[in-house]
Amino acid sequence: MRNYFLSRLGYMLVTLLIIVTATFFFMQLLPGTPFNNPEKLTEQQLLSLNEKYGLDKPIALQYFIYLGNLLQFDLGLSFQYEGRTVESIIGSRIGPSALIGLQAVVFGTAAGLLLGMISALKHNSFLDYTSVFIAVLGMSVPSFVFAALMQYYLGVKLQWLPAALWRGWEYTIMPSLALSVMVIATVARFIRTEMLEVLGQDYVVTARAKGLTEKAVIVKHVVRNALIPVVTMLGPLTVGIMTGTLVIEKIFAVPGLGEQFTLSIMVNDYSVIMGITLFYSSLFILVVMIVDILYGVLDPRISLKGEG
Amino acid sequence: MKKQFGQGMLLIMLIICAVLAGCNFDSEEGVEAEPGSSEEENKEQSTADEQAGGQVLKVAASAEIPTMDSVHAHDTIAFTVLNNVMEGLYRLGEDSNPVLGMAESHEESADGLVHTFTLRDAAWSNGTAVTADDFEYAWKRLMADEGHYASMMVNAGVLHAQDIIEGEKGAGELGVTAVDDKTLEVTLEMPNPLFTTLLTFPVFLPQNEAFVEEQGEQYALEAENVLYNGPFVLAEWNHDQNWLYKKNPDYWDADAVTLEEIQVNVVKETSTGVNLYETGELDRIGLSAAYVDEYSSSDEFQIIPRAGIIFVRMNTTHEVLGNANVRRAFDMVIDKEGLANVILNDGSVPLYGHVPENFSLSPEGVSFRELNGDFNKGTAEEAAEYFTTGLEEAGAEELTVSLLSSDAESHRKIAEYLKDQFETKLPGVTIDLQMVPFQQRLDQEKALAYDMVISTWGPDYNDPMTFIDMFVTDGSANRTGYSSAEFDSLVEQAKAEDDPSARYQLMLDAEKVLLEKDALIAPLVQNADAILQREKVKNIVEHPSGPDFTYKWTYIEE
Repeated sequence: MRNYFLSRLGYMLVTLLIIVTATFFFMQLLPGTPFNNPEKLTEQQLLSLNEKYGLDKPIALQYFIYLGNLLQFDLGLSFQYEGRTVESIIGSRIGPSALIGLQAVVFGTAAGLLLGMISALKHNSFLDYTSVFIAVLGMSVPSFVFAALMQYYLGVKLQWLPAALWRGWEYTIMPSLALSVMVIATVARFIRTEMLEVLGQDYVVTARAKGLTEKAVIVKHVVRNALIPVVTMLGPLTVGIMTGTLVIEKIFAVPGLGEQFTLSIMVNDYSVIMGITLFYSSLFILVVMIVDILYGVLDPRISLKGEG
Repeated sequence: MKKQFGQGMLLIMLIICAVLAGCNFDSEEGVEAEPGSSEEENKEQSTADEQAGGQVLKVAASAEIPTMDSVHAHDTIAFTVLNNVMEGLYRLGEDSNPVLGMAESHEESADGLVHTFTLRDAAWSNGTAVTADDFEYAWKRLMADEGHYASMMVNAGVLHAQDIIEGEKGAGELGVTAVDDKTLEVTLEMPNPLFTTLLTFPVFLPQNEAFVEEQGEQYALEAENVLYNGPFVLAEWNHDQNWLYKKNPDYWDADAVTLEEIQVNVVKETSTGVNLYETGELDRIGLSAAYVDEYSSSDEFQIIPRAGIIFVRMNTTHEVLGNANVRRAFDMVIDKEGLANVILNDGSVPLYGHVPENFSLSPEGVSFRELNGDFNKGTAEEAAEYFTTGLEEAGAEELTVSLLSSDAESHRKIAEYLKDQFETKLPGVTIDLQMVPFQQRLDQEKALAYDMVISTWGPDYNDPMTFIDMFVTDGSANRTGYSSAEFDSLVEQAKAEDDPSARYQLMLDAEKVLLEKDALIAPLVQNADAILQREKVKNIVEHPSGPDFTYKWTYIEE
C-alpha cells in the first residue's frame, strides 16, 4: 500500500510538471499583453512594462524562473489586480464556488440516487418513465436555462429567494439547485442502468433464494455494487463543479473561481491563469487518486498494489 | 455499509461547514478583523442604516476594483472609486470642467511655467492634515513605480517627466516641490493650456507618505489600508462582491454632500442586473441592446451619449486605400443611421466627425461638433462617383480588401453590415471579413497589418485634443500610416497656443484637414449608455473621461 502511494505521488508530480509546461508555453500563443488598456499602450510603455515584469526575457528563461518560484510555493502576483497575490485571488474565489458546487453534488447525488433506484425497482412502470424523462430533460437542457428561469420566477416574480448576489446562505440555494440538475440527471441514469444490470446477476438470485428480505438484498447487494461506477464518475464531476462554473456564477453574481479563470484568460493575466490551472489539475489528480482508493473499499475484487 | 455511509455523510457535512465558514459572505470580513464583536457590529450596522435614512444609492459595477492605489490605477472602475473617496488639487465639476478641490487657489507665473497652489485646510481620514508633501510624494512615486498612467505627467508637461520615463533622469527630479505645508509649486516644460484639465485625472491625487510607507506591500489592498480625503470613504470592500461608500464627515465640503451611503455590487450579466433592478436591489443599471425595446417606453429609461467612438481605420499604405477619394467613398456610402438605430439599437448615435458630440464646448460655449458640422455626408450615387474617380486615380479596376474586426458581438454585427453596404453600393468591391480576438486586432492594427479595421477610441481627458492628436505623423495611435505636414503643424500650433479661442479654432481646422481634405477615417457611431434609473435618484454626474461618475452632488428625492 505504501509503495502504491509513493508511485502514485511520483506520477502525480510528473503529470503536474507536464501540465505546467504545456500551459506555460501554450499561453504564449495568446495574442496581446497582460497590461490594461492595450488600446492606448505605446511601444515605449510596453517595453518598459515588459522589462519591469520580466516579460522581456527569453521564454525558456521565464519558464525556469516560474518553476523555481513554484518550488518555493510562490505563484506570483496578478497583473490585473495590482499587488494581489495569486494565492489570495484563488483563496477568496474558491470558497463560493466550492460551496455551491458541493451543495449541488450532495443534493444532486441524493436526488439522483433516489430517482435512479425508483426507476430500476419499478422498471417499465409509469414512475420509471417519469424519472427517465426528468433525467433526459436534465441532461439535455443546459443549466443556465434552469438558472435564468429560476431567477426570473423564484427571484423576481414570487420573490421567494434572492434573485442574485452573495450575502448569506439563502443566496446559495438557487445557484446550487441550478447546478444540481445535471448531477441529478447523470446519477439517476447511471444508477438505473447499473441496478438493472446487477438485479439480473446470479448473486442477487442467490441472495433472494437464501431468503433475505427484499430490503437487505437491495441495500447490501444491489445498491452497493451499483455504486462503484457512480463513484468513478462522481469524483471528477465534483472537482469540475466545485472549481467553478462560469455561466452560473455570472448569472447569480457569485464571486467564484470559474468566472475569474475565464476573465484571466481574456485579459492575459498570465500568473493567475497558471495558478488556477495548477490548482485545478492538482485537485483533479488528487480526487482521481481518492476514487481509486475508494474502489478498494467498495469492491474487494479490486486490490491496490505498488507495481501497478 | 450503512455505518460507512453515515460516516461519509458526516464527513461531507463537515466539509460543507468548513467551506461555509471560509466563504466570506458580506459581513464576514469585519468579523475576521475583530473576532467576537460580530453581534455588536451587526447592531452598529443596522443603526447606521437607519441614520442613513433614504439617502442610500444602490448601483452596480461590472468588475472588481483592480486597485485602490492611485499610482497604479488604470481603469474606469478604479478611477471612479478614487474620484469619490479622494480629491486632488482639482476635481471634475458638475459640467465635467475642473473645479478647485484640495487647492484653495492656483496662481500661474507670467510665462505660464510655474504654477503655485495653496492648499485649503483638509484632513485625511486618520486625522493628519493633507499637505503639499503628500502631492509631491505621490507624483514622484508615480514616476518611480512607472505607474500605467505615468504618461499623464508627460501630457501635463511637468518638468522632466519625459526624461524620467526615458530613464535619463531620476523620479526625484520631477518638477514638483512642496515649498511648505500649504504651498505646492509645479514647474512645466512649456506653457500647457490643458494643465488644469489634466489635474483632475486620478494619478494626480495625493498620498500620505508616512501611511503608505507604513503599509508597505499591504497599501491599498483592503479598504482599511487606504486613507481618504474625498466626499466619501470606502467603508467596506469585499473583493469581487461589493463595496460600500459612506459619507466622509471630515471632508472640507461635507455640507455639499447629501448621500449617506452608496452600495456597489459587482454584477456582470445584464440580465442579472435587470432582475436585481426589478427586485429593488439596484437603483441604476446599464441595459444591452436586447433590453432596449422592452424598456424604452419606461419613465426610468434613459439614453446617455458617451464620448467613446467606433470608426474604420483605413491603411494609407495600401495602394488603393491610399487614395483619399476611395476612402471618402467608403465613408460616405455607409448608412450610419441604419447602423445606429437598426443594427446596434443600443442607444448609439451616428457620427459624422472625429470628435464626438456632447463632449467638448468651445470657449464661447458652442459644441465642437456643431462648429465643424458633418463631414462626407452624401448619397450612395455620389459615393459611387468618388469611388470610380478614386479607382481611376489609383489605376485600379476593382478592389478586394479585407475588413478586420474583433470578434466581440457588436463589432461582428458592424463588420457584417459594412460588408453588405460596401459590396452592394460600390461597384467592383469585394470585402473579406477577418474576425479575430480583440488583442489580436490591436496587434495587427498597430503593426499596420490590415486593409481596413473597425477601431475604437475613448478620451483620456476632456478636450478635443485627446482625439485630434491621434493622427500626427508616427503618433502611437495613428496606426494608419497617415502623415500630413499641414495636419501636424496645426496640432503643434494648437498645443502651443495660449489663447483658448484661437486654440479651439486650430483644432477645428485640424479635424477639417483630417476628414474634409483627406477622409482618413470613416467615423461610424458614438457610444451611448442605455440605462434604467429610478426617478428619485438625482444628479449622478457622468464624465466623458477618467472616472465615470461623481456622487458628490447626488441625492435621493424623498
